[in-house]
Amino acid sequence: MRIKSVFLVAVTMLFCIITSNRAYSQNIPIRPVPPRLVNDFAGMLNSDEISRLERNLVVFNDSTSTQIAIVVVPSLDGYDKSDYAQKLGEKWGIGQKGTNNGILILVKPKTTDSRGEVFIAQGYGLEGAIPDLTCGEIVDNDILPAFRNGDYFGGLNKATNTLMSLARGEYSAAEYGQKAKKGTGKGAPLGLIIFIVFIIIAMISRNSGGSNNKHIGTGGLPFWMLLGMLGSGRGSGGSWGGFSGGSNSGGGFGGFGGGSFGGGGAGGSW
Amino acid sequence: MKKGCLISIIVVAFLALVVLVVVLWGTKVYNGMVTMQESVTSQWGNVETQYQRRTDLIPNFVNTVKGAANFEQTTLTQVIEARAKATSITIDPTKMTAANMQQFQQAQGQVSSALGRLMVVMEQYPELKATQNFRDLQITLEGTENRISVERRKFNEVALSYNTYIRRFPQNFLSGMFGFQAKPYFEAEKGAEKAPEVKF
Repeated sequence: MRIKSVFLVAVTMLFCIITSNRAYSQNIPIRPVPPRLVNDFAGMLNSDEISRLERNLVVFNDSTSTQIAIVVVPSLDGYDKSDYAQKLGEKWGIGQKGTNNGILILVKPKTTDSRGEVFIAQGYGLEGAIPDLTCGEIVDNDILPAFRNGDYFGGLNKATNTLMSLARGEYSAAEYGQKAKKGTGKGAPLGLIIFIVFIIIAMISRNSGGSNNKHIGTGGLPFWMLLGMLGSGRGSGGSWGGFSGGSNSGGGFGGFGGGSFGGGGAGGSW
Repeated sequence: MKKGCLISIIVVAFLALVVLVVVLWGTKVYNGMVTMQESVTSQWGNVETQYQRRTDLIPNFVNTVKGAANFEQTTLTQVIEARAKATSITIDPTKMTAANMQQFQQAQGQVSSALGRLMVVMEQYPELKATQNFRDLQITLEGTENRISVERRKFNEVALSYNTYIRRFPQNFLSGMFGFQAKPYFEAEKGAEKAPEVKF
């Protein structure tokens, strides 16, 4: 009994010494077993959303070896979000060893007394294809607008699709920047202009119809059409979701490859 | 006579074996030290690359600031002066000492704090703050500072394992004999270990 307690104290002390030496990575979650690309430690997504994201990312990993991981943590434990993301990416080894082609999307959900934080960190090997500025643009254009509306899955899905296209080289970071600007800058006002024009037309046609009750139908038709056009105007702004995730999941995720992170990336809060 | 001959053969063979073992061990340790020293040197290169990246960023700040009318010049001048001073101090990774390391760190630390102050001043100019350029600079500077602190941490890690190796008991004979010297570490400065947070 006594020996046991002495032993227990010794083990605890040893553990304290070991952990105090490595205090910097103490609070970072350990690599999941079995390995998963989508890890929600805060219960922000439902299981269906997780499996849909996971399937897309596993397919992408199988075809390109680029690993995009999504990690949702309940707290950043006092770290800066960029620091946390770099340490977690390095600790888990997201991406392949040598090519360092890993991406980490780190999310800390909003709580009643703290802001939500999101950070996209890229491995050394993707700093050229996805520079910090582009990470910032993805956060600003794809993630934050959806997150502010509570659409966590939508934001993450859009961001991963953009990241996959960039990593594949379907379009360059500069092209994404231009497209993103166009999408948010012109798409919405165009819809608004069409809306206003149709309201005016509708009012004029009603006025010209005067007290003739037979013409009520013609006043209603443009409204119907403008709704459709408004929808298409919005659609052009959000046309980034064009990637359809194939359902040919030949198997689960094989595991992280040991990629390394240099501290790059950008984030935001909501 | 025969017995003495046998004994001397055994002794010679034993000595030869000892020499062989020592030579093999020495080769292994020496090569290990060379490899570790090279990884310290290459990691130093990574550290310098990131500092260089920040140095290259400074002209962008100057150009952005030029866009604002009557911008307060002192903070900008401080950045340019700190930059000039920092670029004049370089370290040959094979001749690193605690003294020149400290000098290097001090010079770069001044660039950090000067840039941080400039960022704060820039935020007081609404016509600057609203530009896309400013947002881009914020992200780029933040990313660069993060990279510097990551590479510094990684440098300290490889330097630690190298230093530990060459100072440990049997190896210390060889490291002394062949002049392998301990590498200095980056020390945490006040607020420098954490990248300066650029507020939005």
